[in-house]
Order: sequence, then structure tokens, then C-alpha cells
Amino acid sequence: MYEFITGFMFWLALGVCLTGMIVRTILYFRGLQWNLDRVAYKAYPVEGFKGAIRSIYKWIMPFGTHGWRKQPFMTVIFFSFHIGAVCVPLFLLAHNLFLKEKLGFSFVSINGGVADFLTWLVVISTIFIILRRLALPEVRILTNWYDYLIIFISITPFITGLMARYEVGSYSFWLLAHIISGEILLFAIPFTKLSHVFLFFASRAQLGMDYGIKRGGLKGTVMDW
Amino acid sequence: MPEGIFCNKKPIETQEELTALLGDTSGAQYYKEMKELDVDTKLLWTTIQNTCKSRIRTWLEICAHCGMCADSCFLYLVNDRDPKQVPAYKIQSTLGEIVKRKGNVDNQFMLMAMETAWAKCTCCNRCGMYCPHGIDMGIMFGYLRGLLYQQGFVPWELKIGAGMHRVFRAQMDVSEEEFVETFQWMVEENEDEYPGLTVPVDVENADIMYTVNAREVKHYPEDLAEAAILFHAAGENWTIPSQGWEQTSLAMFAGDWAACKMQVENVYAAMERLKPKRMVGTECGHAHRATVVEGPYWAGRKDGKPPVESIHYIEWLAEALREGKLKIDPERRIKVPVTLQDSCNYVRNHGLRDVAREILSYIVEPGYYREMSPNREHNFCCGGGGGFNGIGLFRPQRNKGLITKRDQILATGAELVIAPCHNCWDAIRDLEEEFEIGIKWSFLKPLVVSMLELPDHMKPEE
Repeated sequence: MYEFITGFMFWLALGVCLTGMIVRTILYFRGLQWNLDRVAYKAYPVEGFKGAIRSIYKWIMPFGTHGWRKQPFMTVIFFSFHIGAVCVPLFLLAHNLFLKEKLGFSFVSINGGVADFLTWLVVISTIFIILRRLALPEVRILTNWYDYLIIFISITPFITGLMARYEVGSYSFWLLAHIISGEILLFAIPFTKLSHVFLFFASRAQLGMDYGIKRGGLKGTVMDW
Repeated sequence: MPEGIFCNKKPIETQEELTALLGDTSGAQYYKEMKELDVDTKLLWTTIQNTCKSRIRTWLEICAHCGMCADSCFLYLVNDRDPKQVPAYKIQSTLGEIVKRKGNVDNQFMLMAMETAWAKCTCCNRCGMYCPHGIDMGIMFGYLRGLLYQQGFVPWELKIGAGMHRVFRAQMDVSEEEFVETFQWMVEENEDEYPGLTVPVDVENADIMYTVNAREVKHYPEDLAEAAILFHAAGENWTIPSQGWEQTSLAMFAGDWAACKMQVENVYAAMERLKPKRMVGTECGHAHRATVVEGPYWAGRKDGKPPVESIHYIEWLAEALREGKLKIDPERRIKVPVTLQDSCNYVRNHGLRDVAREILSYIVEPGYYREMSPNREHNFCCGGGGGFNGIGLFRPQRNKGLITKRDQILATGAELVIAPCHNCWDAIRDLEEEFEIGIKWSFLKPLVVSMLELPDHMKPEE
């Protein structure tokens, strides 16, 4: 069982996730049409590129935009969640040892204490994200079962990871649950709303090109995100 | 009843049809027929498949339902934070549903979508600046309007407006002769005060080709005179085209993309015929957006630009003041608290945030200028954009929408609001009528004319 999920299933999940992301990103950009979108992407590649980079950069900085500054509570829980959700899977020592064994390379590893802290941060901010969904009428009206499913798929690897880490009950059970939930997450990324993992950059780049080219960029105006 | 006499899927193509529809006072029969109008679900889905590509599909798919767009929408704020006014909800429950159901929606749904697209969104594009994913719901509402127009679900006034462009190539029934004659008449009226004042018609290779808003011809002809006076005082080599003079596009508000193309190509043809160095448009926001920002795409111009450099009136005015072509008498500068209304259509959507402020630095006595909050590209819509001002059916919603601007203006303590945009100007006039807060409102032209320092040879003979 362990062999199968860390062998065949691991390769399949990783392959589907990476291929899916690449294919969907290519399809996204191929689907951008200057005449339908009314943005002359190809006529102004430099201006478009600058606008795209700026649009992404400003929004991945905590409090980097008017939108983030306007909603500090959301900003704090959003970045707490996402920093942990990106860093722990990539830079946890145990993951890197696994990667090294499987792929022959690994990323830099973060200290165990930092990893623990970030993981707890993910779990705690998820609780606040759910509470926010329940408490605010403007978020509640948008929320459906699919949003909770996405949250469930995203958070399960972290919770099972913590259970294994603290060896609550059976370590091997939690480890297995952790790996399976992690693989489900990888499978889900290209096909669900989790596609924002990469489509966030695509979509932000598109609006950045729009502002960088058409909505003021060619006039020399730098958009105040 | 599938297709009504007035309310149907067919655009207005002739003057007779236009007159008949205008005769249906306030669209009484039109809206009655609309309640029976069938939805061509096959056409709807085919259109979506052909035109809804990765940008909008991705926007609809990845919306995280985070609600961060809520506070960015003035209609959400002003309607007691009604969750049904959250931009993401508005677009997901209309366009989102249509796409999800592959176009299988009924008459009731389309009526709801029409109200949402024209009475709950002014396409100001402010929400797009506050969405972490960069989802611009204003753009999607513009797209939705096109789908609704194609199915005949469009407010009465905008069906007429789009028809006007199709028949007259102007938003009102103003013919080429009427335009030229009105301009000439207004110039004659002012000749005594401004010796040598003329309106050059169809002059080739001029430095400036001037285009206007048909409303000026029909209702505010003094605006034409003021434009002539300022070009004259600045010593500009300018002209007006007898054809292709209308810069606006109610077809854009209606979502009638074919009419948008016809309208803007008429202006571009004038540019190609007269070969001016530049086109200057009047103080109108949506006219600039239609002809300069979106128009090139409707006309299929791959560089996204009109045939000649085209600028907004405020860009020309700022340049004329900066270069000293126009001189201001410092004694006559504005000496009352004054604020500026940034128009979404050329500030947020064309980056002209600092140009009007430069003009104000020349014409307002230091210490009297007050910024609205928020301002520049973050400013709120005047409350009447995107066609909202002109739709009788949604007048109560529009009037409520004016409250945001009223409160922004009140917070500045200004007595005068400068609004270099017809739509904003109208909305601010209406909010004064509705709420009587004791403000005055103005375009830039009359203010600058009133404080001009004329060279001696231009002064009237004593």
C-alpha cells in the first residue's frame, strides 16, 4: 500500500498536476484574443509585460495594494494561509528528503520549528477564513458547498501532517492519510478552483497588460493598484 | 408571443422604426412586450461559445468568492450593503448562470439579468481594481449587455440610442446640416465679442479635428461656442468634420457592438478624409472611451489606436495653458472651494488622472482646491455612468446611486464641482436637484472662457 501510494500514485499525481498546469496556462494565453478582449497584447509586448509583472508583484505583497490595505483582517489571514500553504509543502525537510530520493534533487529546507509554526498558521488562518465566510453577509451569499470542498481538500494534508508530526495515535495511519490527501490535492489543482495556484498569475497578468497597454499604460500612467 | 412590435431581437435600422419606438411613451408597450419575449437559447449559447474565451471563462471559474469586491462597489455601499449588490454575486448570478446552464435560461431570468446589468452596474470597472485575482466585473457586465441586447432585453432608451447611431451616426436625431449650422450660428452669436471667430468646416490637414457630443448640438450649443472661442484664442488651426463629428456611443452602453463599429468608423473615416494632425474630443468621458479607447478594437485596428492621435479635451486644454497659448487672468481665477470629479471612462480607463489637476493648478486660486476621497483612478462613479442616467425604468435606483457622490462632495466642503464629462455633469446636476446640497457644477470650457486674458487683437472694438 505504502509502496503504491508513494510510487505509482505519487508519480501520477505529480505528473497530472504539472502537466495540467502547463497545458492550462498555455490554453489560457492562447485563448486571449486582442479583438475580443480589446487589448492590443501583441502590438505592445514590452508595455504589456511591465504591466503584467507590476500587477502580480503588487498583489503578492502583503498590504501592497489599496484592496489589501482596505481589509487588513482579510490580508493577515490570507497571507498567513498562503505563505504557509506554499512554503511548507515545498521546503519541509521531510518532503525534501522524499524528493531527493524520488527525483534526485531537492529544494532548500526550512528549520523544523519554522515549519511547525507555518503549519499551525495555515490551520488557524483556515479557521478564520471559514469563520469569515460564515460571519460576513457579503461573503456568505457567494459561498457554496464547492468552496468548502476546496477548503477541505486544501487543509487536509496540513491537518494529517500535523497529526503524523505529533504522532497522535497511529503514526503510519496519519502518514498514509497525509500522503493520500496530498496527492488528492495535486490531482485537484488543474481541474478545480485550485487552478488559481497558477491561473492567479495568468489572470493578474492579463489585467496588468490591459492597464499597461490600453488603460493608461501607453499614456505613461502607472496604475496605482 | 415570441417577438413584439417594439421589443424584439431586431436592431433599429430606419428612421420610421425609430419614430415608432419613440412614440411608445416611456416604453410602456415595449416593456409589456418584453415580458413575453422568447429567449433564443441556441443563439445565446452559440454566441457564448464564439466570444466567451479564456479571459472571462477563467474569471468566472477562479473567483474565490472572497467578497473583497463588495466594498469597492458604490451601489453595494449605498444600498445598505445588500449582499445581492456584491459585484461577484451580481455577475455569478447572471453571466455565470447563463454559462453554467449553456444558455438555457428563460424570460424571467433575462429580465432579472437586464435589471442587474443596467441598474446594478455602471461598468465603472472599480471592482476590478480590488479583486486579488484581477477579475474585472465591469468588463463582464459589458459583455453580458451585448448578450442581452442580442436577445432584445435592453432598456427602451438604449434600444433607441443604439438605433440613433445606426440611423443618424449620432446619439440623437441631429443631421450633418444641423450640426454645422448650429455650430456656425453659435459662432455668429459670439462674433461681436470675439472678432475673427470662425468655425472652419472640413478643412484638410488642420492641426486639430474637433469632435463633439450630439447633446451639445441639441441642448447645450453654448458649449460649441466656447470650444470655438478657446481654439480661436489659442490660435489653433482647427476644423470640424461635417460627417463623423459625433464622438459618443450609446451603442456601447446598449451592448450593440455592430452599431459601435458603424459609429466609430464614421469618425475614423473623417480622420482619413481630412487628415488632421490630431483629433480633440469634447469634455465627455464615454465619448472618449468609445472613440479613442475601445473604438480602435471595434474597427479592427490591431494597434489599438485611432487613425490619428486622439486626445481628450482636458489634454488639449492642459497643453494650451502649459504652453501659454491660453492665458488666464489671475484676478479671475476660482476663489471658492472647488473639487474635481474624475471620470471613470478616461481616468480609470485611460490613465488621465493628473491632466485635469494640472488645469486646476492654473485656474484655481491656491488654497481653494479640495480633493474628493477617494480620487483619481480610485474615485467612485458619479452614480449615473454606463447609461444609468438615461434609463427611466431604473430612475429610482439611479437616484439612490447618486448618494455616494453627494456624500463625497459634501465631505470636501466644495461649493463648485468641476466635471469634465457629460455623464458626470448630468449626474451631479441631478443630485443637486434631488438633494439640494447647494453646489454648482461646471464643465471646464465656460470657466476658462470666463477668465481668459485675450491678446489685444482679439478684443472687441470699443
